[in-house]
Amino acid sequence: MDGIAGKSSRLTWAVHISTVLLVALWLFPTVGLLVSSFRTADQISTSGWWASMFSSEQRVVIRSADPDDFRVEDNDAFVVSGNLFSEASGKEVMAWGTSSRDIEAYTPGDVVDLGEGESITVDTNGTYSWQGNEEQLSGRGKRIFATVLSPPDFTLENYERVLLSGDRTDGMTKAFFNTLTVTIPATIIPIVIAAFAAYALAWMQFPGRAILIASVVGLLVVPLQLALIPLLQFHNNIGIGKGYLGTWMAHTGFGLPLAVYLLRNYMVGLPRDIIENAKVDGATDFQIFTKIIVPLSFPAMASFAIFQFLWTWNDLLVARVFLIDATGETTVMTNQIVEILGTRGGNWEILATAAFVSIAVPLIVFFTMQRYLVRGLLAGSVK
Amino acid sequence: MHPALQGLITIIIGVGGCLGYFYFSNQILDKVIFPPKKNDAGRNINRANAVRPWLFLLPAIIALGLYLAYPVFSTLWLSLTDRSQDGAFVGLTNYNQMFSEAKFWEAMVNNMLWLIVVPAASTAFGLLSAQLTDRIAWGNIAKSIIFMPMAISFVGAAVIFKLIYDSRPIDQSQIGVLNAVWLQFEGGIGSFLFLKFLPGIIVLSFAGIVSYIGWMTLKPLLPGETSQGGGLMAIARLIAVVIAAYILVRSLLLVVGIMSSTLPYGEPQQWLTLPFWNNFFLMIVLIWIQTGFAMVILSAALRGIPEETVEAAIVDGANPLQVFFGIKVPQITGTIVVVWTTITLVVLKIFDIVFAMTNGQWETQVLANYMFDKLFRANDWGVGSASAIVIMVLVSPILIWNVYNARKEMR
Repeated sequence: MDGIAGKSSRLTWAVHISTVLLVALWLFPTVGLLVSSFRTADQISTSGWWASMFSSEQRVVIRSADPDDFRVEDNDAFVVSGNLFSEASGKEVMAWGTSSRDIEAYTPGDVVDLGEGESITVDTNGTYSWQGNEEQLSGRGKRIFATVLSPPDFTLENYERVLLSGDRTDGMTKAFFNTLTVTIPATIIPIVIAAFAAYALAWMQFPGRAILIASVVGLLVVPLQLALIPLLQFHNNIGIGKGYLGTWMAHTGFGLPLAVYLLRNYMVGLPRDIIENAKVDGATDFQIFTKIIVPLSFPAMASFAIFQFLWTWNDLLVARVFLIDATGETTVMTNQIVEILGTRGGNWEILATAAFVSIAVPLIVFFTMQRYLVRGLLAGSVK
Repeated sequence: MHPALQGLITIIIGVGGCLGYFYFSNQILDKVIFPPKKNDAGRNINRANAVRPWLFLLPAIIALGLYLAYPVFSTLWLSLTDRSQDGAFVGLTNYNQMFSEAKFWEAMVNNMLWLIVVPAASTAFGLLSAQLTDRIAWGNIAKSIIFMPMAISFVGAAVIFKLIYDSRPIDQSQIGVLNAVWLQFEGGIGSFLFLKFLPGIIVLSFAGIVSYIGWMTLKPLLPGETSQGGGLMAIARLIAVVIAAYILVRSLLLVVGIMSSTLPYGEPQQWLTLPFWNNFFLMIVLIWIQTGFAMVILSAALRGIPEETVEAAIVDGANPLQVFFGIKVPQITGTIVVVWTTITLVVLKIFDIVFAMTNGQWETQVLANYMFDKLFRANDWGVGSASAIVIMVLVSPILIWNVYNARKEMR
């Protein structure tokens, strides 16, 4: 199309640049969360995540080693020496001071006279040495205020804490398996039920078929908010209360309209000849369904499976209403994150990591099965 | 029993049970009830074939009826009864109580705001990104990235954006991007361009689109035009025109407000607690998620446009903008409507984002969260059900429209 009018290179550049901007804008939030999940609480609270790629300036207060234990006699004076940082941290001292009133008073390497023969010096790499007489070097360690340049530093600590520690409030392991337990049956069962119904609606003749199809289309948009109380009552009445069984059934019910709709639309498009030939050859409807329709409808089933998987994995409302009881044993990941948001709203390292654990699986599914997802979307909405 | 094991057993029982049910019910139908034997073989085969569809449909009908159709009526009934009086019929008392609550109207107004902004912005961004990515070599990668938020849960997205909106006191370094950017503005010409001029232009162009749609809706009603449809259609058009006029006035007032406001430069803002504006910060989350959906659908529609129409326009000397708005957009209007309604449905049910980010505080309540609040925190089933019915009523025009279209297609 562009070829006819001649390609305007300026326009092409504008398209490229706008797309890059748009993509960056859309990617930026997620990257922020991912990067934050690899930073320590200190790092997160002292600088924005975008600064973590570069060295960051931090102001720290560090006490020197305890003089009573570590002072060394040197000629007629005492010396306490050591390093402000742990070994090989790669941090650099930019400026330092000995009083909270002027924390950037000295540059590294300065030997500062503290009066009466007491002196202290701090080097760029953090080694310090504090000299003085016996009386001056006693009690608690000397406070050193340092402005420190830290190199980029990432840690897996948060993931260890969230995944391996088994902590009741921060841990996501249990919630992860609970979510998985909810998701898999809630994805598979509706497909089986819907496939049979879709076949009947697509290829069998019976009175009332049109009305049934229309009601499936209608039920597609019924908000599940309406179903909460009646179904909770129903579950209590039949004795299953809050639990996995009720959740699976609820997800099955809520997912069915889309499943029937998608599968029926797909099955209607299958070639009529194959099905009629099979009928002529004496195949029953059941055989046609299992031997011909199911294998051919695989793409549509995959589409729906992805939808249902994402939807059940990411769901909060259904889980809160039908699954999670007072004991909290059956909490799912979305709910766990909301709880962490409530109790530890400021602990970004935990929040970011927990959130990323919960979105990792959908992201993997999304990127590996994107083709089916797109196909399902197109079949589900474009009429 | 371990839940995972229970899950596995459920899969086996559920799937096996379904398959077993379908297989054996068919067998019984063919071999026992209507065996094709003796002299009424033909009749029995016909009878069996008349029953069989219902065998295939039965589980789905039971599940749909029990989990979707029955609750609609049950909720309607609950909304007319009082739980504390043993479910006695109380007429419209619950609705009266709900309508007298300020929080309900706050939720209604916010929901309407969501209904206007989110579908509009998602569709606009989706159209823009579809048009951009279709023209370049690495478009598919760009599409994947813009589409990616679809896979992220609302709760996960809420956490992502809470980090962006985070606010620290002025003497600490900001860890939320929005505040870090905000503090760069100091009230100079750059601030005017980005914070007043640009938003003003966006709202103005939105107002322009609204008035165009309003005019197109109004046109058939004017004397001298040949109008189609009966009086009902005319009333619907009139309502749409009134709504469009209202939106137009509000957005023009908004532009005036933006231009005349004095912004607190240099102070970190608690974005989620700023009344009225915090709604928009919540909406951004949903727009971020839904744009990918709109893009995928609209991109497919754009590719389906016959090339001849575009070629003809170019030969006639149309510039790219004219081609896009004059040739392409009119041809995909149907798809835009579908995208718009689908996102509208999502917006009407929006719960998780508000629940996780503000829980309706600071005037950000929406209907679904209001309902959840009533049902499970206040334990007021009557008012909770009444608000669920309100959501259902808001959804029903789309429901009727969809069913109408589906029926038309079947004929």
